[in-house]
Amino acid sequence: MNNNQYNILEIKNLSRYFGGLKAVVNFNLTLMPNELVGLIGPNGAGKTTVFNLITGMYAPTSGSIKLSGEEISNLKPHQIAQKGITRTFQNIRLFSSLSVLDNVRIAYNFKVNYGVSDSILHSKKFSTNETIIRHQSMEVLEIFGLSNRADEIAKNLPYGEQRRLEIARALVSKPKLLLLDEPGAGMNPAEIKKLMQLIEFIHEKFNLTILLIEHQMKVVMGICERVVVLDFGEIISEGNPDEIQNDPKVIEAYLGKTNNECADLIEDEN
Amino acid sequence: MKNRNLQTIIIAILSYIIIQLLMLFGIINPYLQQIICYAGIMIISALGLNLIYGFTGQFSLGHAAFFGIGAYTSAFIIKLANLNITFYLIIGIIAAALLTGVIAFIVGLPILRLRSDYLGIATLGFGIIIKVLFDNADAVFPIMGGSRGMLGIPPLTNFIWVFLVVLISVIVLRNLINSAPGRALISVREDEIASEAVGINTAKYKTLGFVIGSIYAGIAGALYAHLYAFLHPDNFYFLKSIDVLLIVVLGGMASISGTIVASVLWVFLLEGLRIVLPEAILDWRLVIYPLLLILIMIFRPEGIFGKREFKFLKYREQKQK
Repeated sequence: MNNNQYNILEIKNLSRYFGGLKAVVNFNLTLMPNELVGLIGPNGAGKTTVFNLITGMYAPTSGSIKLSGEEISNLKPHQIAQKGITRTFQNIRLFSSLSVLDNVRIAYNFKVNYGVSDSILHSKKFSTNETIIRHQSMEVLEIFGLSNRADEIAKNLPYGEQRRLEIARALVSKPKLLLLDEPGAGMNPAEIKKLMQLIEFIHEKFNLTILLIEHQMKVVMGICERVVVLDFGEIISEGNPDEIQNDPKVIEAYLGKTNNECADLIEDEN
Repeated sequence: MKNRNLQTIIIAILSYIIIQLLMLFGIINPYLQQIICYAGIMIISALGLNLIYGFTGQFSLGHAAFFGIGAYTSAFIIKLANLNITFYLIIGIIAAALLTGVIAFIVGLPILRLRSDYLGIATLGFGIIIKVLFDNADAVFPIMGGSRGMLGIPPLTNFIWVFLVVLISVIVLRNLINSAPGRALISVREDEIASEAVGINTAKYKTLGFVIGSIYAGIAGALYAHLYAFLHPDNFYFLKSIDVLLIVVLGGMASISGTIVASVLWVFLLEGLRIVLPEAILDWRLVIYPLLLILIMIFRPEGIFGKREFKFLKYREQKQK
């Protein structure tokens, strides 16, 4: 079973039902170290549900999730984050009335090893630790080009920088696996291009495994090594970007059934 | 940073000397002195609620109950052991802090899962239960007096005690919120889901904030019990929680300075109106201060201080080169 230890993430037969709604059905996914995998699918296919299951925000109805061989599907979200899976959100979730620096520092919190009594007394342990936290956080902000914004309130940043800050926050604790939920949502083509460069850059720089949800084909096809396509909670196709683009099932999921039917529809409209 | 601490200490000592001198020269009479002490007690209690509501974002209406638990605990122990020396107040304060802390922990664990309004209702229920317990406490402990009130509590609280405890409360709170655990508390207020996603154990920090804030109330209660030497369950009814809540909102949520200023204003306004207003319209003061509140909320909804702090209360970090 050496193989198990080698995989960063191993999801087996994962399902989640909301009452009668089958949001995710028998989902299987294995991520190797340093892979960059895309998760795509039409609206409501269950992509974000998969993220919420991996990060422990939902408990799975059945199935298992293993991080480096260790079962994590029964852990709480903060425990999973501490084990090394962090994420960003589809609709940005920053600590919006706090400073940019604080946003990042909070994500480093669980690595801090001083307690409440040290904080109250502002002991020596406190000050040495605070210096380290500050240093680490500023380093990450530097990488994301946000270090000159450190004292600004997060909600006052322009949209693109907020997205960058959210990724910075997810990375400061040096996770093994990063989940990006539609990082390109609401961006214009120029910003998308920058975003793609950024993702490729952090992928190499932090030696990360990345799982990415994205609607915009350009992003997925451009940077992902492997793509998984989800529809109605089930995997309908998997492979490299080229294979995916030519898979009739995928085309069907995105564009509708057959050409004939489309033609019928158009006729109806006329 | 050293410089800042020094500044805080100097300001503290200066204000202490000024008030002591005023007392010596008889400008501050015993009545006024009592009001000053009461203002200090309100500061401590309101700082506690500000930690729970302003910083951690947990809406609690049970603050007066914790205040009452602290008051009765200290009064009970000091009266029972007949500790009639001012210094022994420390025993009452520690006992009050311990018991309120433990009760807040036990109560907090289950109810802090609730959010906003629901949490408010649960803490309200807790407050009413505690008040009923006080009302009937004489059935078990005759010394507590039940609904007739508890009499003959040694009056140990003086200005030095109140001043010291206020000073320590302010410094502890300031240091706490400017640390990693403090940032975790604030992150819970900002966004619970995002906090969990970056590894913050939100349940733990909610409980931490709730326990420390309730301990503040308990300590304030202990000082209160030995200030007026008389306790009545009505003084710990949930409406008193709303008074504290108003102080926190009025001063500015998550502002220590705001809470201090609003507490003092609140107490002096209530008492001041009692002196200023002619006898015939004395009861109108209960109309005047809600009106003031409404006006402040219309023109300054973020409170007097918003989130700002006095300079000497600000924590300056060393910037890295």
